Amino acid sequence: MISIKNLHKSFGDNVVLSGVNVHVSAGHSLVVIGGSGTGKSVLLKCILGLITPDSGTIEVNGINPNSGNREAFLDQFGMLFQGGALFDSLPVWQNVSFRLLQGKHRLSKDDARDIAVEKLRRVGLKASVADQLPAELSGGMQKRVGLARAIAAEPEIIFFDEPTTGLDPIMSGVINELVREIVVEMGATAITITHDMSSVRAIADEVAMIHEGVVQWTGPIGNIDSSGDPYLDQFINARPHGPIESVR
Amino acid sequence: MSNSVIQVIDGFLANIGRTVLALFESIGQLVIFAALAVSHIFRPPFYLGSFGRQLMHIGFFSLPVVGLTALFTGGALALQIYSGGARFSAEAVVPSVVAIAMVRELGPVLGGLMVAGRVSASIAAELGTMRVTEQIDALTTLSTNPMKYLVAPRLLAATLVMPILVFIGDTIGIMGGFLVGTNRLGFNGATYLQNTWNFLEADDIISGLIKAAVFGFIVALLGCYNGYHSGRGAMGVGRATTNAVVSASVLILASNYILTEMFF
Ligand SMILES: Nc1ncnc2c1ncn2[C@@H]1O[C@H](COP(=O)(O)OP(=O)(O)OP(=O)(O)O)[C@@H](O)[C@H]1O
Ligand SMILES: [Mg+2]
Repeated sequence: MISIKNLHKSFGDNVVLSGVNVHVSAGHSLVVIGGSGTGKSVLLKCILGLITPDSGTIEVNGINPNSGNREAFLDQFGMLFQGGALFDSLPVWQNVSFRLLQGKHRLSKDDARDIAVEKLRRVGLKASVADQLPAELSGGMQKRVGLARAIAAEPEIIFFDEPTTGLDPIMSGVINELVREIVVEMGATAITITHDMSSVRAIADEVAMIHEGVVQWTGPIGNIDSSGDPYLDQFINARPHGPIESVR
Repeated sequence: MSNSVIQVIDGFLANIGRTVLALFESIGQLVIFAALAVSHIFRPPFYLGSFGRQLMHIGFFSLPVVGLTALFTGGALALQIYSGGARFSAEAVVPSVVAIAMVRELGPVLGGLMVAGRVSASIAAELGTMRVTEQIDALTTLSTNPMKYLVAPRLLAATLVMPILVFIGDTIGIMGGFLVGTNRLGFNGATYLQNTWNFLEADDIISGLIKAAVFGFIVALLGCYNGYHSGRGAMGVGRATTNAVVSASVLILASNYILTEMFF
């Protein structure tokens, strides 16, 4: 369970989050939508403790991210970064199985590699990719390697920052299905950021829309078409005119 | 009238104050960073593979630069000391002074500066790129402490390998002096070597190698610190790289003076 109350974060004069409240129950999938630059990625990084919020409380299963044992806290997470954030000095398979090769319970190289290849297959990549370096892959392939890395250790909580951006429609469908499977079959808790409305509908149990630093609307996926919220309506119907200004 | 003078002085003093405060703040941050990094060197897990790669990268691949620098410096030094010594009819001091100057001062300092240019820059660029592409954040989320995984192996490798590098540089520098001495200045080879050995003391060598270890630490520390705190984008990485080289070089020269005073 993830619970965020009254979260504030500014960078200098740039007020990004000004009182965000979000709640995700265990085993549920929340999709966060909102305009570019509204602080969606910042929100995820605050939960992981990568960015320190100015004020507000964050609790993951009752634990604050910056208190106590950071490594144990982070062990329960998988994160796909918006830019992939692959380690460019390591081959693909070592990227994917990075967590499995560290720590007390580390696997042998062969076992870790087998798991990496299996995870790569799940994101639609051939085994031959495993020995390439991230720089040798296309943008969409890098994204999928990042996805494979996020799910490799089968974490309880998974964050996906734009998992389908830069993918072709078929591959997007594969990834949507994968995210859904992870939540349903593995019982993981997921927060996904996406701009792709077909992903929203495929992945979400709940939706939260961020606008001007707060959660403008939140509710179950079934309600998004009948919310009556002019901001949400403009966003999901991709209308250029409405309450959300087009220059931000 | 006098009010505006006061304002100007006030603004001037405020500027100085701000600069001094900023300086102390960054020194404080650097010291905290260094202490944290050093503490990680001694706490498991240890990343031996990474340590080994850094030994190669910092030590082995710096050999050509350090070797060439030492060779030419040793040669030039022999000529200079000969022409200086000739004024007191003391040309015979060439071998011993070349050796002492090389081992105590020029080997570590020039070696340190060359390695600062090569290694600080590359460490800062590498870590800076990792910072801006969120690789350092990714490490953290994979339960791997970046201080331990990235910084500690580089600090340890540079501190350990720099004395070896400088020792080799010293030897090559003395050889440069020997080549010039025997070929250009008419020294007898055997006497040249004899004089080098006779006047060189263990303290000279040890003090030089201690300097080298400190310089190695400085080089890696400033490369890591600047890269780790790199600003955003390509410009941020560029600035981090420049800052790393400049600050490492200045700090090497400053600490060289302090160390020399201590060994004096
Ligand atoms: N480390 C940082 N330092 C300074 N400003 C930052 C930092 N990270 C994010 N910002 C600022 O915070 C704001 C929100 O950024 P964020 O990346 O969260 O947007 P986003 O909602 O994820 O947008 P997009 O959909 O385009 O990815 C932006 O104005 C950005 O400039
Ligand atoms: Mg984003």
